[in-house]
Amino acid sequence: MNYNVNEKGYYGVFGGAYIPEMLYPNVEELRQNYLKVMAEPDFQKEFQQLLRDYVGRPSPLYFAKRLSEKYNTKIYLKREDLNHTGAHKINNTVGQILMAKRLGKSRIIAETGAGQHGVATATVCALMGMECIVYMGEIDIARQAPNVARMKMLGATVIPALSGSRTLKDATNEAIRDWINNPVNTHYIIGSAIGPHPYPDMVTRFQSIISEEIKWQLKEHEGRENPDYVVACIGGGSNAAGTYYHFLHEESVKIIAVEAAGLGVDSGESAATSILGKEGIIHGCKTLLMQTNDGQITEPYSISAGLDYPGVGPMHAHLCKTGRAEFMSATDDEAMKSGLELSKLEGIIPAIESSHALAIFEKKKFKEDDIVVVSLSGRGDKDLDTYINYFKL
Amino acid sequence: MNRINQKLEESKRLLSIYFTAGYPNLNDTVTIIQNLEKSGVDMIEIGLPFSDPLADGPTIQASSTKALQNGMTSEVLFGQLKNIRETVKIPLIIMGYFNPILQFGVEEFCKKCSEIGIDGLIIPDLPVDVYNDQYKATFEKYGLVNVFLITPQTSDERIRFIDSISNGFIYMVSSASVTGSQSGFGEEQTNYFKRIEKMSLDNPQIIGFGISDNTSFTQATEYAKGAIIGSAFIKHVTSFGINDVDKFVSKILKA
Repeated sequence: MNYNVNEKGYYGVFGGAYIPEMLYPNVEELRQNYLKVMAEPDFQKEFQQLLRDYVGRPSPLYFAKRLSEKYNTKIYLKREDLNHTGAHKINNTVGQILMAKRLGKSRIIAETGAGQHGVATATVCALMGMECIVYMGEIDIARQAPNVARMKMLGATVIPALSGSRTLKDATNEAIRDWINNPVNTHYIIGSAIGPHPYPDMVTRFQSIISEEIKWQLKEHEGRENPDYVVACIGGGSNAAGTYYHFLHEESVKIIAVEAAGLGVDSGESAATSILGKEGIIHGCKTLLMQTNDGQITEPYSISAGLDYPGVGPMHAHLCKTGRAEFMSATDDEAMKSGLELSKLEGIIPAIESSHALAIFEKKKFKEDDIVVVSLSGRGDKDLDTYINYFKL
Repeated sequence: MNRINQKLEESKRLLSIYFTAGYPNLNDTVTIIQNLEKSGVDMIEIGLPFSDPLADGPTIQASSTKALQNGMTSEVLFGQLKNIRETVKIPLIIMGYFNPILQFGVEEFCKKCSEIGIDGLIIPDLPVDVYNDQYKATFEKYGLVNVFLITPQTSDERIRFIDSISNGFIYMVSSASVTGSQSGFGEEQTNYFKRIEKMSLDNPQIIGFGISDNTSFTQATEYAKGAIIGSAFIKHVTSFGINDVDKFVSKILKA
């Protein structure tokens, strides 16, 4: 079984490029060039150097001793939270801005939900001196004021998405409309492993540094490259894609994806796409998405803005359908509890997204000598308000 | 022969009007279609509303959101149009995004269209190659014309390919934009219109996006067989309701 994208842009039946003709030249230009550009030694040199000197890679693979003792198994945390800007998102934006430069683009657009991808995009635009426009749902702008301020400090223009439900899905629609209106000079930096081909593959490749590092770091720790499990939370699925990438075809490595169940999978307030979703088309790709019987895309819910997306990347839809990955979910309450637990046991305050991945230890029993690597995709600073309100701190 | 192909053979320049089904009220669909035909419109695009219309500007987005709130679905629309051919003769096209059609079932959707007397479909986010590989045979089985878009950025080679698999007309997007985002045409656009005119394609072209009045309609139809108006018509309906559509149409066509 092949879990990578095929030459037509599909992962099994998922993927493709379901885009209006207006976007075809842009997406086609990218499709024809992205692998070529990424293979250039000059590109690789600049990318690797920025990952090291600017992002602060490699991020540590940390053996979480007290957490391991509690759950009687061996838990390693991949510390993406220690990256510049506080999450894995920067790996992709560094890669894409270098791509945009080589394609001769001068203007960058992006969508953002909680603001992490927006901040990571604004950051690399400042670094490269490029114009940056970030679309963000009007409702998200109100709930994520510090990240809006960060983007502004970094020189970006933040445009509120006023259509539809005024959240991430609509911010993505607005970014796509901007791209339609500016087809020549603009590159769209998509933040997740979604969108028309080649975006899911390109984002996955830029994020694959995560699993590349896990391999050699685990070898140092344990004398072996492959863990028994890799675990990541999934919204669109960029940190998960990067965490899984180099293990996809290692049969001994089991893959666990953790979705946000919100108030409960059956509560009507959830973002567990693999359970609630059906095959359909969202933002240019065929994948699993939450929709009505009539094919209208519905609004998900999660306490974590980064997992609050009605679809899932096409690679993940394929991993789910083929059974290569085990899909689990964690509710708001379970995630919040795990976030607090990690803070107290290890002195690490995780992003609420990442807390979802940690919540599986209460739900699944691992063997004492299992090695479980969890992607700690982001830090909890941005979520402090939510933690304060939830725990009445 | 399909009504679209018949209409395209007429020597006049064609006016096609787009409206969102279910807007302003759920059951306005048939009245709008009848009024448009009476007022001299040549062809009608019935918009099947979608929650996430990527290629549309604020006007059509807002009308789609309202139509969905009103309860419009594929099933409801087909119910409203069931007897439309008893009163309406001009070509009718359904324009909608692919996901609702996919959920309805592409073959089932085509079958319904054919039973009712819908003549064609415009599905902006159904890619040319996917249509060609997977759905062309189905569309042809039910006698439906599928209409593709081209833009100023579409290469000549791709336009030739699109022309080769089209069986009605080509929808020429006037500029790099979403719907309803500009008015009037500059030199850049007329150069593009001329470039396409010179290609002498097999399928006639109808220009859409950015046409809102008699001036832009006249400009567009100098180079193309016809023109499509969407956002400007929706704005008219929003302001004046559905019984005054002849005023809108006569202003566009004023001889």
